[in-house]
Amino acid sequence: MIDGSVFLRRELMIRFVRAFYNGSLETELDRFPVEMRPRQDHSSRCCIYHDRAVIKYRLMNLLGFSCEEETDEARTLASYCREAMERKTPADVSEKLPLSVCEAGCSECPSSKVVITGNCRGCFSRPCMYSCPKGAISVVNQVSTIDYSKCIQCGKCTAVCPYHAIVKTTVPCENACPTGAIHKDSDGHTRIDVSKCISCGNCFAKCPFSAILERSQMLDVLKALKNGEKVVAMVAPAAASQIAGTIEQLFTAISKLGFTDVIEVALGAEDTTQHEAEEFRERMNAGEKLMTTSCCPAYVEMVKKFLPEFMQYVSTTPSPMIYAAERARKDIPGCKVVFIGPCVAKRVEASRKNIDFVLSFEELFAMLAGKNIDVISCAPWQMPRPAAATARNFARSCGVTEAVIASLGGFKEDFKLDAKAINGIDKKSLSMLKLYASGKLPANFLEVMCCPGGCVNGPCSLKK
Amino acid sequence: MKKLQLEICCGTTCYMLGANRLLNIENEMPSELRGKCEVKALPCMGLCNDKELAGAPYVKLNGIVIENATAEKIYDKIRELLEA
Repeated sequence: MIDGSVFLRRELMIRFVRAFYNGSLETELDRFPVEMRPRQDHSSRCCIYHDRAVIKYRLMNLLGFSCEEETDEARTLASYCREAMERKTPADVSEKLPLSVCEAGCSECPSSKVVITGNCRGCFSRPCMYSCPKGAISVVNQVSTIDYSKCIQCGKCTAVCPYHAIVKTTVPCENACPTGAIHKDSDGHTRIDVSKCISCGNCFAKCPFSAILERSQMLDVLKALKNGEKVVAMVAPAAASQIAGTIEQLFTAISKLGFTDVIEVALGAEDTTQHEAEEFRERMNAGEKLMTTSCCPAYVEMVKKFLPEFMQYVSTTPSPMIYAAERARKDIPGCKVVFIGPCVAKRVEASRKNIDFVLSFEELFAMLAGKNIDVISCAPWQMPRPAAATARNFARSCGVTEAVIASLGGFKEDFKLDAKAINGIDKKSLSMLKLYASGKLPANFLEVMCCPGGCVNGPCSLKK
Repeated sequence: MKKLQLEICCGTTCYMLGANRLLNIENEMPSELRGKCEVKALPCMGLCNDKELAGAPYVKLNGIVIENATAEKIYDKIRELLEA
């Protein structure tokens, strides 16, 4: 089943789009929190008033504002809505972040710690005591007790207790963040450190309170379509794994939203493959020892922020999104382009690389739902040319490698390919990269995907 | 015995709000219920058009509408119909 956080997020999106199409967004928005949590109803948090406050902040993010921008708590959603309707371009997230912490939603989880629960039976063997490398555990009144001045949270005791009586509590967002960008400030409020965040979206996906919010550009896309602007939808290859029905039916459904054209980002992936294979060959023939892929924006951001000296190994070939946009703008001069995918980090890349908008798969489906467009009832879209299977496979881990190998295949090379992959960025990935750079781990072609399994498991994937 | 008809709404709203997780329900059922249903994905049944959206995802079992469908709710209903 989908969980409560996902349900609320999607339900809000659908209501939002319906209200937009009804022309009543400005008047309805301030009613949403009350309508969704009426006085007689149950609450998900301590009370309905808390729920309502969080819904309000979520709507602010749907309008494209982050919670941190709030200067006047009494400002109505209608007022934010007016400002959003008047702005010409969506908020710039190239230097700011697309993610922010909703303070009202955050539970401010206590810091990670090893805890002895009531299940402790004060046994005779006391494996916890004997396994502790710091001598932090003793038995007081027949119950194991931890001296926190000595505990280093190694968790060895949790593994040996035969009653499962010792647990290590975690802070899900901090635990999920691969770069240590999310932390508590001195007041105990959760903050995202702009200088460390790579916008991977792990915290967004993992917070059980759904307190990390994504600054949306959906309203900007809805406005552009309503104004009859020429907008081309560029659909990431991960879409195929998201839907009931076929990718061709999905494209028809998207075109019914009013897009001038719908194209596969996989066409851009074909260009990326070709150029990346050429670049790889040139680099190897020039005697370089390592090249890594560059299509995952969270990975590239991680290198930029934490290992700048490693940038020399990162391919300079543009990502499929950039090539797809070139194609779209060539076919339809003057058009705006929107990238539709499962990725948070693409919002940052798009903002820097002149891509007009980014929509998540969730937002796309909310738009379809809000307009009552049913994917499986749509006729198949006539694609001028379906993208190559290898290019469509970019969204899966090792897909890029396979495409590049296939592209290299026709040539006789004077170097030997040694391809490896980092499938999912975690806290250890930086040291892995260093090992590859120093040659301690052998490889000359390294594919790095931030999300385990590839983009198909992205934070805004519909499968979640 | 005639199989029960389990129709899962795959309209976009229901799909987003949980029907996507129900499409594979046959393989996840407790063994005693397996093989008793014919599972079909249907286009939007038009049940979610109320303003509240409150009932999505919708499922029909032998024509009986199940709101906020979850696997457990569906299993219970199947058991109820099998016993009747």
